[in-house]
Amino acid sequence: MNEQAQTTQAPQTPPKPAPKGIGLADSAVARLKQLLEERQTPDAGLRIAVKGGGCSGLQYSMEWSEKSRERDKVFERDGVRVFVDPKSYLYLIGTELVFEQTLMASGFKLNNPNVKAACGCGESFSV
Amino acid sequence: MSNNGYLQIHDPLKPKGHVVGIDLGTTHSLVASVSQGKPRCVPVDEGDSLLLPSVVHYGKDGGVVVGVRARKLAAEAPTDTIVSVKRFMGRSPDDPETRKLGHYDFAPGANVVRFNVAGGQPVTPIEVSGEILRALKRRAEAHFSGKVEQAVITVPAYFDDAQRQATRDAGKLAGLEVLRLLNEPTAAALAYGLDKGSQGMFAVYDLGGGTFDISILKLEDGVFEVKSTGGDSALGGDDFDRAIAQHVLQKRGVQSPTPAQVAELMAAARKAKEALTDAAEVVLSVDGHSQPVSRADFEAWIQPLVAKTGAVCRRALKDAGVAAGELDGVILVGGSTRVPAVRRFVAELFGREPLGDIDPDQVVALGAAVQASLLTDTGRQDEVLLLDVIPLSLGLETMGGITEKLIPRNSTIPTAAAQVFTTFKDGQTGLDVHVVQGERELVQDNRSLARFTLSGIPSMAAGMARVEVRFQVDADGILSVTAKEQSTGVAQAITVKPSHGLTDEEIEKMLLDSIDFAEDDIQARQLREQQVEAERVLSEADRQLRENAGLLQAGEPEAIQAAMTRVREAAAGKDYLAVKEALHALDEASRAFIERVMNRAITQVVSGHSVEEY
Repeated sequence: MNEQAQTTQAPQTPPKPAPKGIGLADSAVARLKQLLEERQTPDAGLRIAVKGGGCSGLQYSMEWSEKSRERDKVFERDGVRVFVDPKSYLYLIGTELVFEQTLMASGFKLNNPNVKAACGCGESFSV
Repeated sequence: MSNNGYLQIHDPLKPKGHVVGIDLGTTHSLVASVSQGKPRCVPVDEGDSLLLPSVVHYGKDGGVVVGVRARKLAAEAPTDTIVSVKRFMGRSPDDPETRKLGHYDFAPGANVVRFNVAGGQPVTPIEVSGEILRALKRRAEAHFSGKVEQAVITVPAYFDDAQRQATRDAGKLAGLEVLRLLNEPTAAALAYGLDKGSQGMFAVYDLGGGTFDISILKLEDGVFEVKSTGGDSALGGDDFDRAIAQHVLQKRGVQSPTPAQVAELMAAARKAKEALTDAAEVVLSVDGHSQPVSRADFEAWIQPLVAKTGAVCRRALKDAGVAAGELDGVILVGGSTRVPAVRRFVAELFGREPLGDIDPDQVVALGAAVQASLLTDTGRQDEVLLLDVIPLSLGLETMGGITEKLIPRNSTIPTAAAQVFTTFKDGQTGLDVHVVQGERELVQDNRSLARFTLSGIPSMAAGMARVEVRFQVDADGILSVTAKEQSTGVAQAITVKPSHGLTDEEIEKMLLDSIDFAEDDIQARQLREQQVEAERVLSEADRQLRENAGLLQAGEPEAIQAAMTRVREAAAGKDYLAVKEALHALDEASRAFIERVMNRAITQVVSGHSVEEY
């Protein structure tokens, strides 16, 4: 008798209805505005994507993008725009981008409610 | 470098600098770049030499010297001067090979090789290689008067994952983004433009200063696959020099030469060898003595050495399953293939004139430069498919026709992943492993790559068997899938080439489809998962009702049957949440009954033993 393989992982519980969209914290809006000004491209947006790779399977990437693409989901707050491709969006629904500043360091972080396990590098996670 | 877990914003508009190809060799290293459509090597050492000796000297003042100047310091500071560091890459300190490789002062402990050197902390082979790469980068930057940030680095075809990772890390240390690690024989084939053909089999004969390598390559759909490799890590042009030196000493009757005499003689022998490529006879003069050496003498002396390479080549051909006559070309790599006797030998061995018109010292670096320029020229759009990443996810089919991804798309190769699967039914002795490619959640929407059956699983209850399925993608993109039952060790394996027969357009379409259908797909997957769960639970409920009917209380059979019917109805529908709820209700309806079944089972086990046993 042959049957298909059966995963040993427990059946996944359906994701809780998270707040839709991608949120931008005040801190992130302020910092992004400043960076866009320095870059002299006030109309550019920030592209956030999720890619394979990294130690926990999936990895964030952020880069400047001059304009949105056809299938992108576009989020805007106070004139700062974020572009997310639809596939990445599935992993990012309800995520908030924050900019943190401490005495030691400063930088962007994504608070992603979909993440089940993250790794130390901060760029890699699994859902 | 820790960035405290913060994310960096990349800027695609920022100029990327020059991209280079690097041949990180055992004896010499070279860097090349494509300009005006032609690859050229860049001068990297004294006298505009294109070859940088792969020698790193650590000074007492903490300074680091690389190249010819380091080589000159090797005699006076042998433990602080690391030569042929490539031989240590990815090796562990207790590897028996490690101790054989020279007179270094190894730092104790740790699980990587570390050299104690002057001027500070012990250094690892990765750090030493990093110094060579940094020197190449800096000298190339001086030559271009511009930044060099991205590189393709070549590695021997036989390098394993650890050695490849060590090479990548060395690149990173030197501040280079390693676009790809390229097999040395493949680089040579690219330099000759052999990838322009549609298919073929090629041999790459690489005789360097201290190592010999033979590789058999198969070209298919513009991608080279290494079919077999062979070699001798202690055979090369240095042995030719030694042969000359030995015969000269013999003729002169010198029994035990001083180290200084040997060094001088070896240098003279090397010059004589090089001159004999064009001249029929040269005069070798060392400390006042002159001695003629004819090409015929030289060829007779090195004949046994050259013959050794022949045996290795024949074995590699046999391993690849090809006859010499079936090859479409033979490429010469390595400075020692300049020796006419070697060229003649190769021509006879393979029955065809070898390709040798590109400088054999430079050919690997030039091919790496061609590859680097190909990888960066195509414009850096997000959906551009780089060759060193997996363009579409690889996974397998699980119950209900669901795709379980093991290796996500865009993983850099080589890569591997494993997951443990189990049986779905009691007494199931076989497992169908269906390997699929694509981003969609349901197998029917993905591409089927291969299928095999693991049989011989011992009969046991559903969910008890442990079958590890391992996916491994090598540096050429070849996927090996192994399924292994862990209690008995029975295993089955298959090898496929996921890129075979897929055009870029098809890959793109598969990606776009997965985006268009993403939400539907996830719904469908969740429904399938619940349907599979429903089937499993229903069959279990049936069994319990049948086997333990005596434990049922009034009203229970009806309630359980009714709940089962609702599960069946829900599973026939489209709403996964409804199935989930129906399953939950069935669980509730049968809870008291199942508890009684459990209790009786426990009582039976306990009462089967006499009291004294406890």
